[in-house]
Amino acid sequence: MEPILKIENLDKVYPDGTVALSNINFNVYPGEFVVVIGPSGAGKSTLLRCMNRLVEPTNGNVIFKDKKINKANSKQVKQIRREIGMVFQNFNLIDRLTVLNNVLHGRLGYTNTIKGSLGIFSKKDITEAEEILARVGLSKQKYKRADELSGGQMQRVGISRALSQRPRLILADEPIASLDPASSKNIMDHIYNICTEDKITAIVNLHQVEVAIKYATRIIGIQNGEVIFDGQPSQLTDKVIDEIYHDRRPPLVHAQ
Amino acid sequence: MSELEKSSDNIYSLNRNEDNNEMIVKPKKDFFIKGVLIFGCLFFLFSLYELNIDYSNLLEGTVAFFIMLGDMFPPNISEWAYVLPAAIESLQVAILGTVIAVVISLVLAFLAAENLAPNKWVARIVKSFATLMRVIPTIIWALIFIVAVGLGPLPGVLAIAVHSLGMLIKVFAQSVEEMDGGKIEALKASGAGSVQIIAQGVIPTVLTALMAWTILRLEIDIGESTILGLVGAGGIGWELMRAMRSYDFNTALFITMVIFVMIFSVEMLSNRLKLKV
Repeated sequence: MEPILKIENLDKVYPDGTVALSNINFNVYPGEFVVVIGPSGAGKSTLLRCMNRLVEPTNGNVIFKDKKINKANSKQVKQIRREIGMVFQNFNLIDRLTVLNNVLHGRLGYTNTIKGSLGIFSKKDITEAEEILARVGLSKQKYKRADELSGGQMQRVGISRALSQRPRLILADEPIASLDPASSKNIMDHIYNICTEDKITAIVNLHQVEVAIKYATRIIGIQNGEVIFDGQPSQLTDKVIDEIYHDRRPPLVHAQ
Repeated sequence: MSELEKSSDNIYSLNRNEDNNEMIVKPKKDFFIKGVLIFGCLFFLFSLYELNIDYSNLLEGTVAFFIMLGDMFPPNISEWAYVLPAAIESLQVAILGTVIAVVISLVLAFLAAENLAPNKWVARIVKSFATLMRVIPTIIWALIFIVAVGLGPLPGVLAIAVHSLGMLIKVFAQSVEEMDGGKIEALKASGAGSVQIIAQGVIPTVLTALMAWTILRLEIDIGESTILGLVGAGGIGWELMRAMRSYDFNTALFITMVIFVMIFSVEMLSNRLKLKV
């Protein structure tokens, strides 16, 4: 099977000299649910943002469906981004707009500049956005302002916004880091079930190893900007976990 | 000792600082604020001495002031047919100037905000341009425009528009810069263009701030437009000047009262508006 995303020799050095990523190589195949784990500051967010070029890679290639996103001009980048949905730790909704309007933002890339700016979307887009909201259980909330929702509901709107793009790939950057345990489970279930049902490939950054093991079809462990583990969840032994979190994981409290 | 315990020891035991050659530097005291304070006090004393004010005038002046105030009563309303239209003209000048400034600054503020500008040089150039417009007082702008376009309300409108533009670009850009970058990132990630990001993401987020600043600016501009009449840029200031020059203090009092009512009611109105936004 052809990979949907290829990462080749990817490096990222920030202007202040911080090496965020060095020589990252891996392929992601359609239908995979990849979870990227690693300590804070390991480069997980940077890696995800290089994939849709919210962060400019320093070296190497990011190839999405045979298109080099790192070589694309700004118009092509926008077209590629439409097919890649993104979900954020802080939800990043526009607070003062309605839930429905926030979901429709996923259609901006497909709408012309003037209509999009004025918030005029096609009937089809609106019906589809409503269907997506029904799917995540937010039909009743569709005319509420986004800032009236709870954290878990906000994240479901975030997921809906990504889905309304009809993406081939979803990137989720710590989607449950700001949520309580119950909402976290709910959100991970939604992301996992939707991606499985709609055959969307997913790359999810997480810092909870147990959650990663529960959902992932494949786990990538990174530390100091390098991939140090890439394999099945079953291959992720305690020794490997220790290695991934090695120099940055002092136990918060000693267990036992 | 396992690997994990060793690393945790290093993080938690503070007295190990000496081990990692790190010098503990006492922060330098900041003499800047002290210096400014001392200089300010000295300059105040120097000015007090240098200006050589004759304080006996103060007492005489106060008495003269109250005599004049007495002369002003009762207010002469006979010229209302000239005064009221002039008051409305001042209001019109202020509103026109403010609206022009708001419209132009809405475009320029997004170029001046460093999180949205195409590059930081554009932002800096627009910001310096705004500073230039802001540091020149409205009344000086009015004098410049009177030379350029002649007497009347037009130089007043232009003067208010230009000076307000300088302030509005700055405060609008600041509101935009304070916005959470993640929201912009999220719209970018969906493939939205920059105009769409501004219209659908930035404006809804900063709208309250923009409206509050606009109302404040309108308040200031109404005050300024009454003063502009003094230099010949139309409006009620011109009437006040005329009355004062011809020692017609009773009419001057009436004009002053009209100005007071006008500004006071605008403030009342804007306070109500601020509660709504």
